[in-house]
Amino acid sequence: MQNTREIAFTLNGEEVSHRVPVRQHLADFLRHELGLTGTHIGCEQGVCGACTIRVNGRSARSCLMLAVQADGCVVETIEGISQSGEIADLQHEFIQRNAAQCAFCTPGMLMTAADLIGGKEPVSRDAIRDHISGNYCRCTGYHAIVDAIESTLNKRLASDKSNPHHG
Amino acid sequence: MDNQRPSDRESIIGKSVPRSALRQLVHGRGRYTDDIQLPRMLELVFVRSPLAHAKIVNINIDDALRQPGIAHIFTGADIAEICKPWNGEAAHRPNLKSAPQYPLAMEQVTWQGEPIVAILAETRAQAEDAIDHVFIDFEELPAVVDPHGALEASAPLIHPDLGTNLADEQLIEAGSPDEAFNKALHVVEADFTFGRQTGVTLEPRSVIADYNSGSRSLTVYQSHQSPFQMQDLYAQNLAIDENNVRVICPDVGGAFGVKLHIYGDEVAAVASSVLTGRPVKFVADRMESFVSDTHARDHRVKARMAVSANGRIQAFEVDDLSAVGPYGHARRFSIVEGLQTITSAAAPYKFKHYRGRTRIVYQNKNMIGMYRGVGLPIACAVGEQMVDLAAAAVHMDPLEFRRQNYIDDDMYPHTTATGIHFEQLSLHQCLTQLKALMNYDELRQEQQQQRERGIYRGIGIATFIEQTAYGSRYYGPTEARVSVQEGCTLKLEPTGKVRCLTSATEQGQGTTAGIAQIVAEELGIGVDDISVIHGDSGTTPYGGGSWASRGAAMAGEAALKAARQLQSNILEVAAALLDLAPQELTLSRSRICLKHNGQSCMELEEVAKIGHFRQDQLPADLQPEFAVTRSHVPRNDVPPYYVANGVQASYLEVDTHTGIIRLLRHWAVDDCGRILNPMIVDEQVRGGIVQGIGGALLEKCHYDLQGQMLNASMADYLVPMASEMPDIHVEHVETPTRYTQLGAKGVGEAGTIGAIGVMWCAINDALRPLGAQVKEQPFTPEVILDALKQTHQ
Repeated sequence: MQNTREIAFTLNGEEVSHRVPVRQHLADFLRHELGLTGTHIGCEQGVCGACTIRVNGRSARSCLMLAVQADGCVVETIEGISQSGEIADLQHEFIQRNAAQCAFCTPGMLMTAADLIGGKEPVSRDAIRDHISGNYCRCTGYHAIVDAIESTLNKRLASDKSNPHHG
Repeated sequence: MDNQRPSDRESIIGKSVPRSALRQLVHGRGRYTDDIQLPRMLELVFVRSPLAHAKIVNINIDDALRQPGIAHIFTGADIAEICKPWNGEAAHRPNLKSAPQYPLAMEQVTWQGEPIVAILAETRAQAEDAIDHVFIDFEELPAVVDPHGALEASAPLIHPDLGTNLADEQLIEAGSPDEAFNKALHVVEADFTFGRQTGVTLEPRSVIADYNSGSRSLTVYQSHQSPFQMQDLYAQNLAIDENNVRVICPDVGGAFGVKLHIYGDEVAAVASSVLTGRPVKFVADRMESFVSDTHARDHRVKARMAVSANGRIQAFEVDDLSAVGPYGHARRFSIVEGLQTITSAAAPYKFKHYRGRTRIVYQNKNMIGMYRGVGLPIACAVGEQMVDLAAAAVHMDPLEFRRQNYIDDDMYPHTTATGIHFEQLSLHQCLTQLKALMNYDELRQEQQQQRERGIYRGIGIATFIEQTAYGSRYYGPTEARVSVQEGCTLKLEPTGKVRCLTSATEQGQGTTAGIAQIVAEELGIGVDDISVIHGDSGTTPYGGGSWASRGAAMAGEAALKAARQLQSNILEVAAALLDLAPQELTLSRSRICLKHNGQSCMELEEVAKIGHFRQDQLPADLQPEFAVTRSHVPRNDVPPYYVANGVQASYLEVDTHTGIIRLLRHWAVDDCGRILNPMIVDEQVRGGIVQGIGGALLEKCHYDLQGQMLNASMADYLVPMASEMPDIHVEHVETPTRYTQLGAKGVGEAGTIGAIGVMWCAINDALRPLGAQVKEQPFTPEVILDALKQTHQ
């Protein structure tokens, strides 16, 4: 007999309630129960970063969280932050610079990078590299990803400067 | 062939056009195999062998069958009833021995991780729970885990029927190597150990099989590089009519050669769908990926090089011992790494006397197969390290030593002592460009200044060649049922847009974007007017798929031919409508234009509309042909490959106290023939280099003496992280092949081929003043410190 529990949480801005097996991790729940397949599973031990999502405003590994732990939380996935337009500029830079090849890592990479581009200060390439070091990419060699994040951040900072009240 | 273009038209080939496929992928809206759910689908997990070598005495599944949610459990014998085994033999190499391989282990297991029992359940969790309820009695056998030991008379035999653990031995000899070595003033020698590596695609191997027992048809969704190879295998081995087998490769999350192979677990999943009549999904978890995804490398090499007093290479000798898994990979074999090693080492250099030997030995470890670069990274590392040693022996600058010994520009076409045919390489130009790009002379000065301060930095240079797009003269005689032809179908839609169906497959390389550029260029339309459909054996023309850096060269040429034919067909209809001759017309900016002055005559859309809906306006004998298929396979009178080339350089620092290597800068000048999209090519080179650096510095499958892989997890098997990798500066030389109209050669493996060699050279360059030398890769801190320690003894 499988042990299940009712959970309710905010997912990409919508209220969701669901009965989940207590042993199911959040990535499996998002992917296979809710059909949000943009969150990918690469290792299920928190190493590769492909399953990175945002929980209560902070990036988190959805393979290291149980679905029941999402109860009462605000959860955002790549589908949510794509639809809201929050990272449209970053996604545009990824496309322009071919910063994704097979793109299996890309949703997680974008979720992680989203943390960095919201800031008010310039970030060095080394700091960008450090920040995304928990997200493995086997295809690009990272250079173009660093370029895309750096460029997005610089454009946002320049735009803040010229429109100080709209930053 | 008419290559004239109206002067007002901008070329799309050669432009860094962003890939349209990324638009959905960056939104998380890709569709990888595991994203697909079918009704009534069963989840499959495997019981894998915990032992490297054992007899299977008994399998008891009774208790497992009683567990919740379990639908079926199949053993090797169950699957073998409907599925024939395969074999890694090659028809033209009678001495190559390999045992038949079944989807699941039969009487014995030959590596830790070999699949034994398939458990099918309603949910994956239920299937995984049942693993502990399958009881297998093994009689453990001694494991063959050392390549030298495998050849000893006392070694246990992995397959007693073969009578040996030696898969094959190949020899090449040219000139008089013994005499040349005897006469030479300097002979340098070195031993090399290359570790076992694996590709670590971020998306694990995945397959969904959907057998329809009513129509006896099979649809397979598979994360794979060659849907055609798998269609053929399922038709042949499961005895299903090939017209009823369709293999679809959805988005594929990295492949690198790992997903080119035939895997017992994947075939068992397909067979399980046939046996149950229900869709079956198998997705490898990361732990089982490490013990079942094909591994690569694992070589021991001895080499020596003879050099004259004035720094001319006189003779070269390579002795390679290649340790592979317990079977040869069917259709792809186990001997290719060894053969590449002995045919391609030091290939860019002119020498007449050569001897090469490779011996391929079976081991009780996971299978060895094709991984990015196959044997070429080994060939490059051995050749380039020997060249550095030779340069040092005659006190020459290693860069100048290379220039002096490269095949001269006036020697092409050129066949090496080992029999590789070079149509045209750009070795000298690449080296000259690299020297300027990296500020070589200043960097040497900086290195010297740092040494005086006790900081040990190294400069490595590695020249590489890349044989791409292997053709029928290579694969045909093996009788391996590997297609080396690529095809393209173009369909003009009624609004003047184009659908392109290519046999090339896509794992993120961007080949299909390059193909769209070719079609756009030839038809005078925009890349956004073209949709490329790929990875579906049921709809696209038959072909090879993507491997051996063949996409742009082969499928690109097929697309070029198809586009020229479609253009001709469109102009024929337009000419009839305009009452002009087709040769007076051309296509540009989605319009029919006069060729001589570019004047627009009518919209392409109008021609398309009339050709599809208003044929009544056409002459009675004119049949519009708006769907065209063309193929490309290399001619039989030219070499069965193209050869690309390039050179890489690395600048790094070795911490002599900790053994840690810090990568400072990395450069590459690459010549992949005609470039379709410079940005995509740059990214192929960069990504390939970082994978190669991973192999050089971090990645190794550690096995113990019982054949247990000790680091089979993402946390323990290290791959490069962003923070450890340098920026990589890439430049190009373009030497198109004349064997095709397009002129592309290929680039997918270039970065990886050069990376291990360039790291090896740079590290030993850093250690040279200390009298130390690394001989074993990956160059972990332990290996570096050991090398330093040996100088103190």
